[in-house]
Amino acid sequence: MKKIAMLLVLIMVATVALVGCGSDTPVNENTTSNGSEAVEVNNEVDFNKLVQVKGSDTMVNIGQQWAEVFMDENPQAQIAVTGGGSGTGIAAIINGTADIAQSSRAMKDKEKEDAEANGYELTEIIAGRDGIAIAVHKDSGIEEITMEQIKDIFTGVITNWKEVGGNDAEITLYSRESNSGTYAFFKEFVLKDEEYAQHSMLMPSTGAIVEGLKQDVNGIGYVGLGYLTDDVKAVPVAKEAGAKSFLPSIETINAGDYPVARPLFLYVAGEPQGVIKLYVDFILGSGGQAIVKETGFIPLN
Amino acid sequence: MANAQEMLVTQDKFTHRKNLKKDIKHSLGEYIIEKIIFCLGITSVIIFSLIFLFLLRTGLTLFRDVSLKEFLFSKNWFPISVNPQYGILPLVAGSLLITAGAILISVPIGVGCAIYISEVAPPKTKMVLKVIIEFLSAIPSVVLGFLGIVVLANWVRISFSLSSGFTALTGSILVSLMALPTIITISDDAINALPKEYREASLALGATKWETIINVLVPAASSGIIAAIMLGIGRAIGETMTVMMVTGNAAKIPDTFLTSARTMTATIAAEMGDTVRNGTHYHALFAVGIVLLMMTTCINLIADFVLNRARKEGR
Repeated sequence: MKKIAMLLVLIMVATVALVGCGSDTPVNENTTSNGSEAVEVNNEVDFNKLVQVKGSDTMVNIGQQWAEVFMDENPQAQIAVTGGGSGTGIAAIINGTADIAQSSRAMKDKEKEDAEANGYELTEIIAGRDGIAIAVHKDSGIEEITMEQIKDIFTGVITNWKEVGGNDAEITLYSRESNSGTYAFFKEFVLKDEEYAQHSMLMPSTGAIVEGLKQDVNGIGYVGLGYLTDDVKAVPVAKEAGAKSFLPSIETINAGDYPVARPLFLYVAGEPQGVIKLYVDFILGSGGQAIVKETGFIPLN
Repeated sequence: MANAQEMLVTQDKFTHRKNLKKDIKHSLGEYIIEKIIFCLGITSVIIFSLIFLFLLRTGLTLFRDVSLKEFLFSKNWFPISVNPQYGILPLVAGSLLITAGAILISVPIGVGCAIYISEVAPPKTKMVLKVIIEFLSAIPSVVLGFLGIVVLANWVRISFSLSSGFTALTGSILVSLMALPTIITISDDAINALPKEYREASLALGATKWETIINVLVPAASSGIIAAIMLGIGRAIGETMTVMMVTGNAAKIPDTFLTSARTMTATIAAEMGDTVRNGTHYHALFAVGIVLLMMTTCINLIADFVLNRARKEGR
C-alpha cells in the first residue's frame, strides 16, 4: 500500500512539474515576442491588457469595425466591444467595469458627479457625428416635416397624419427603450425634454423599429442613418415652418443644414494611456475616420 | 468476493469488541448526516427568503422618495424624465391583460388536448403528441419572440387591419404557446389519476364516451385542471423576453387587446441596465419585482392548495 501511495505521489509531482514547465515556456516566449514587436512598432506599449469597450447600441457596429481593423494592425491588442445602450456603457465606466464607454449622448452632470465620487476623471472624446433620420414606411405620403411637427407628433399633440399633410390615419409612434442614447438625445434635442406620448411603443432595438416601420404604413420612428433600408425611408426635415427641408446625408449634416444630428462620444477614465491611447489615436486618425464614413456615420472633417 | 466477506466478518468481531465506542461514533455520524441533509433540505427555503429579503430591502427604499399611493395608483410610468413618475398601474394592467389573453387562448386548447390525450387518442398518437408537447416547452423564448416579430405581428396586423402588429394580442398568443405544455401535462395527469371505476360505472350506466368525459371525468378532475391553469398563469405572468419583443412596450393602460402594452417583467429587463445603482429608478424596479413576486407567489399558493385538495379527492 505504502509503495503504491508513494508511486502515486511521485507521479503527481512529476505531472505538476511537467505541466508547469509546459505552460511556462510558451508564456515566456509570448512575452518576449510581445515585447520586441511592441518596441519596434509602438514604443513599448503593454498589449497584455484586454480593453473593454461598452455602450451605445448605435455605435456597436462602428466600434467593432474600429476594433477589428485596429487589431489587424496591432495583432497583440485585445479589444472587446459590447453594446447595451449608452446608459449601460456610462454606468459601466462609472462602476469601473469598462475601459472605454461609447455613447451617443453627452454625459449628464449627475453621471459626472458619480464618476468623480468613484475617483474617475473622465475624458470626453468626439469620434464622429451621427444624423438621426426621421423614418417612415416607404409608401408613406409624407413629403416633409418640421422640427415643431416632429415634436408634436412624438409628444402626442398630433395623432393623425392629415394634420401634417398625409392621409387620414392614426400615427403609430416607434421609439427606443429608455436605456438608449438615441432615446435620451431625441427627448432632449427634439422634444425639448417633454415626455414621449404614452402610446409610443418602446422597442428593444433599432432593428425592431425598422422591422415595425417596414410593416406599418402609418408608423414613424427615429433611427441612425446606417439603418435606412429600401423599405424604410427618411423624411426631409425643415428647421422651422417655411424653411427649406433637407434629407439627412453627410453633406447636409456637415453643412449644418440637417437639424437632427449629434456627436458620437467616447469616454475614457483619466487621460488615455497605453493601448487605449493608441486606440483613440487610431479612431481619430484617417483609418478610423474612414471607418466612420463606411459605417454610415459622419466623419469629423 | 470471498475476501470481502472475510473482511466483513473480521470487522464484525471488531465491532463487537468496541461496541460502546462504536455506538457513540455511530450516533455522532448519524447526527452529522442528519444535520447535513437538513441543511440541504432547507436550502431552497433559505434561498427564497434571502431573495425576498433582498428584494424587500432594496425595493422598500423607494418609498422614501415616492409615496406608496403614487406608486400603486398613478397612471404614469416616466422613469427617465425631468420629473420622474413611477406609477406601476400601466405595467400591472399590461401584465394582467396579456396573461388573461394567454389563458383565454391556452385553457380551451390545453384542456381539450389533455382530454384527447388521456381519453380518446390511440396509444401511438398519444406518445407522439406527448413528445411534441415536450418539444414545444423546449423552444427558447427568444426564438418564439423572433418568430413573433417577423411572422405573427404581421399576421395580427393584417387580419385585424391595424397599422401596427405589436399588440397585447400578439404577446398573448405567444405566451399561450409557452403556457400550453404546463396546462396539458398537469391536466393530463389529473385525468389519468382518476380511478378507472368512474369511467366504467358511467359507461355501464349507458352514458356515451362524450357524456362520460363531460359529466364525470372533467368535474372529477376539476381541481387538478384548475391547478394546471393556475400554474399556466404563473408561467405566463413571469414570461419576459417574448413579451418584450412583440408587445411594443408602450407604458399606458391598454384598453383593448389590439393596442400595445408593457408588462412588469419587460420593464425590469429593459430598464435595469442603465439605472444608477441605489438611485430612485433602481429602487423602483426592485419594487416592481416585489409586486411581481407577490403575484406569482399567490398564484402558486392557490395552485398548491387546489392541487392538494385534488390529491385528497383522488383518494
